Amino acid sequence: MSPRNTLCAAGLLLLTGFVTVRAEMQAGEQFPALDPSVLVSEPVPATTGKVTLVDFWASWCAPCKASFPTYAQFHAQYAAHGLVIVGVSVDENQAKFDAFVKQLAPPFAIVWDAGHQLVGRVKVAAMPTCFLLDRAGRVRFVHHGYHGAESGQELRREIESLLAEPPPST
Amino acid sequence: MKTPRLLPALLLAALGLTVFGGCTSAKLVRVQPWERATLADYTMRPDRDPLATTMNEHIYFSRESASGGRGVGGSGCGCN
Repeated sequence: MSPRNTLCAAGLLLLTGFVTVRAEMQAGEQFPALDPSVLVSEPVPATTGKVTLVDFWASWCAPCKASFPTYAQFHAQYAAHGLVIVGVSVDENQAKFDAFVKQLAPPFAIVWDAGHQLVGRVKVAAMPTCFLLDRAGRVRFVHHGYHGAESGQELRREIESLLAEPPPST
Repeated sequence: MKTPRLLPALLLAALGLTVFGGCTSAKLVRVQPWERATLADYTMRPDRDPLATTMNEHIYFSRESASGGRGVGGSGCGCN
């Protein structure tokens, strides 16, 4: 077998063995409704007609913790203009979830996806992952991880662009 | 004629499909990103004990006869 054919075969083998089907929610798709029956919260915030930032976090995830002050700033600055921030915890341990929320006391809405039903539908590829939804509830931007000021600036630019868009006609 | 030359590669690829095809099955148990609380725990860190890390590094560089251990790129001169 020539070296070229060997390389082709090796490439095919690699593709066969390691390609996995990722089904994470992509930009352009409709984000699932925040169902109060599967999310522990009091109450689940209303997001209809709002620009929504849905952040999947966990108490064991250090970048998640680092992102919260930035989201708190966004909440203070943009909530009056129509931004809703929802932090969705994927913690399995309620005590750790409670302690984290108590320690950071985020000013934005926090819900607990105790049964992993929402995150199981969205299938985030990394922790944290945040989805920016437009006023129609469609995913417009997806961010994996949190990279400090760089992520903050990018998110701010995207939030401002979505808030500037006209509301969808009913 | 190129077809006979490609045949071994195709056969190898078919064998690979057979052997590794199961690796892509969604039914396999996979730890999802949101299920990694245990893996992210402090006790899972290999360097959580500084003394043990120092001792392991000492054993490593003594055995390898190369000063610097894992953390420093060296030439392996054996000058420890």
